Amino acid sequence: MSAVSSFSPVDPNHLGHNDLSRETEWDTPGRGEGGPASKSVIVSYGFWIFLLSDIVMFSAFFASFQVVAGNANGAAPRFDLSNLAVETGCLLLSSFLCGMASLCANRRRLFGTEIFLLLTGILGAVFLTLEIREFVGLIQQHQGPADGAYYSAFFALVGCHGLHVTVGLLWLGTMMAQIAAKGLRPDMLRRLTCFSLFWHALDIVWVAIFSLVYLMRFAP
Amino acid sequence: MFGRLTWQAIPWSEPIPLIAAGVVGLGLAAIVAWVFAKGYAPYIWKEWITSVDHKRIGVMYCLLALVMLLRGFSDAVMMRSQQVLAFHGGGYLPPDHYNQIFSAHGTIMIFFVAMPFVIGLMNFVVPLQLGIRDVAFPTLNSVSFWLTAAGALLVNISLVVGEFARTGWLPYPPLSELQYSPGVGVDYYLWSLQISGAGTLLSGINLVTTAMLLLDRYLGFHFFTNEMGGNPMMFVNLIWVWGHPEVYILVLPAFGVFSEVISTFSGKPLFGYRSMVAATMAICVLSWLVWLHHFFTMGAGADVNGFFGIMTMIIAVPTGVKVYNWLFTMYGGKVRFEPPMLWSIGFMVTFVIGGMTGVLMAVPPADFVLHNSLFLVAHFHNVIIGGVLFGAFAGYNYWFPKAFGFRLDEKWGRRAFWLWFVGFYTAFMPLYVLGLLGMTRRMQHFDRPEWYPWVLVAAAGAGLITLGICAQVIQLAVSIRDRALLRDITGDPWDGRTLEWATASPPPAFNFAVMPNVKGEEPYWGMKTKARELAHLLTAEPSYQPISVPRNTATGVVTAFFAVVIGFAMIWRIYWLAGIGFIGVYAAFVVFAWRDRSEEEIPAAEVARRDRENRLVRTSALAKGA
Repeated sequence: MSAVSSFSPVDPNHLGHNDLSRETEWDTPGRGEGGPASKSVIVSYGFWIFLLSDIVMFSAFFASFQVVAGNANGAAPRFDLSNLAVETGCLLLSSFLCGMASLCANRRRLFGTEIFLLLTGILGAVFLTLEIREFVGLIQQHQGPADGAYYSAFFALVGCHGLHVTVGLLWLGTMMAQIAAKGLRPDMLRRLTCFSLFWHALDIVWVAIFSLVYLMRFAP
Repeated sequence: MFGRLTWQAIPWSEPIPLIAAGVVGLGLAAIVAWVFAKGYAPYIWKEWITSVDHKRIGVMYCLLALVMLLRGFSDAVMMRSQQVLAFHGGGYLPPDHYNQIFSAHGTIMIFFVAMPFVIGLMNFVVPLQLGIRDVAFPTLNSVSFWLTAAGALLVNISLVVGEFARTGWLPYPPLSELQYSPGVGVDYYLWSLQISGAGTLLSGINLVTTAMLLLDRYLGFHFFTNEMGGNPMMFVNLIWVWGHPEVYILVLPAFGVFSEVISTFSGKPLFGYRSMVAATMAICVLSWLVWLHHFFTMGAGADVNGFFGIMTMIIAVPTGVKVYNWLFTMYGGKVRFEPPMLWSIGFMVTFVIGGMTGVLMAVPPADFVLHNSLFLVAHFHNVIIGGVLFGAFAGYNYWFPKAFGFRLDEKWGRRAFWLWFVGFYTAFMPLYVLGLLGMTRRMQHFDRPEWYPWVLVAAAGAGLITLGICAQVIQLAVSIRDRALLRDITGDPWDGRTLEWATASPPPAFNFAVMPNVKGEEPYWGMKTKARELAHLLTAEPSYQPISVPRNTATGVVTAFFAVVIGFAMIWRIYWLAGIGFIGVYAAFVVFAWRDRSEEEIPAAEVARRDRENRLVRTSALAKGA
């Protein structure tokens, strides 16, 4: 500890937090009012950041879809709108049921939580089945991802969302087993919060897909 | 059964990669054998590989970066020597191999040297500076590190099994499409980036862009193909929308290192703290508005090029604010020219030159001349070496005593700096000239006599940098030998100003026995000044409480193992093996999620013992009137 400079203003930028004249308690533990944030707050915050980066990824898919779709003159297929309506209904309803599961969990009702999670999962699986059926139909009509840039962009964007739903279902199943085995412990509740954030975010992405990919086909 | 993988994948006829791989393999085997023979294996497994401590993970990130620096630098030496020998001749590297070398050099230096180095330094020091006990998600941190290491491993596997990309560090289509690059090289690139990118959640756009190229190559998609409505320029746009912010992601943490080092070694608080913060935020925003300057030659038109050219010039303004702030921090201070400070001053000079050549190229008409020339190569090495790498070395010298409890040898540190510094100028200033003389980048051979002298000088510069790296290796060896002499007893070897110097070196697993009470931007300096005035520690001994720290877990390393399996299997189209890999990753996560105890408690007595030791040496240091 040699060579100490004599030049040592305590609050060089006049931020006003470092007034040693009224400093009597360097030994106060903790970090100011309220102390550190609770673990559930930290976990949810971190998951929000993850969701934002996921949305950045989706936005790149959306942007490239728009670029490619603009170049593809009339390449888009005639989508089956009733299929689309059922898909959308399933996903939105499953989001609602996921919210019900969260409410049950907050009241520590294990059975209700599991039932609503199960229903959420079933509707998600129905959505996925319908989507796969649509994909298979398109591929059979030679409108698969290798049949032109429009289809590449379509399959990548919608498929990426579908992949998210698949991962979500895997997560959901694992989490239901865990809740059954370990009860509604604090760490399970945190994971449930993250899952519902994820599931609702997928809904929002789906609304964008629904509007931009499917409905915009009918825009004049 | 084994997809495209056959015995022909190993380049039996090319001695250079075989010998290199043999040496690396033998070295690794020797290290592993030594670890087991000495009985260190359990220690390394328990204390390092499965560790979720941010300090350990930070150190491992830096170690990975240093090892990969050697790999990337040997590529650089090969390129320089090839160009010397290939004047009016073929040199010793066939074009095919040469193309793989410059591609691997760029990929490795950006993704597996610069990124891990700055992430490692941040990992190590930021929680300490904030006065907290760990990062928010310790296990995720460990998974990220191991995935990065997995990506690095895949790049190195390509040395022996198959080939690496021949497309440059950003695989522009249509060259990188299956039609023109049928081999596995681009696949090695794509999978190592996807795996290490999955580790760093930041890289959303990069992930999606490489994913789209992946789809093109694997499933016959047409995002970037020229036929069937695809658009190769979309790749170039997307990759640089990610790529330009990426270079600022690299350099901003390095700027942070310089701010710390310059303030500490000038014995003064950072000048213009608030303008520094504002400049950082301005750079963050502007970095998203300049990507098109990487391809003015795309022909987007005068208006678009003009906009991006002007935005690029504007980004020099907040950077200039920072440079002036560092200069004014030194002004009037008692500057101590120790190695971290030398790297910082070297940075200021070098980076300003690199920045100015950048502004030159931001003028679209000038860029049409300089595009793809060695002038560009000189520019980005000037800012990345002068900015990021010098920053990483400054941080390495500065925080080494905090991490290991002893300083690095100063004499060899100075030698390393001067060799690097002079070597850098000798190696890269000629490239500016060569660029202006019309030499393009990535040339395997050439026949213009007026280029030859400059190529020789550049090669000599690479030789000086080689000596600099040798000096760094010697510095490390000498420091380990003399560690008793270089011991950092108090935990504050540089008369520091921020909180990481308030705890012991190396810090205990819990970092701080009692969470420090932070007031103002130089909390430790405030405590220390007061303590010196009163000639005793400010705080009475606290009542120690037991501290919970996160439990170690093998999740990271197991996930990375399966990620390598997936990557390798997908590169060679061995789909059943990839399926096993995916199941393995899922199983690893379920096992992790199923555990009941996520934290371990360090008893109060142990906390007290560690803290009392440090209080004792600090008290005696104060008594000596330091």
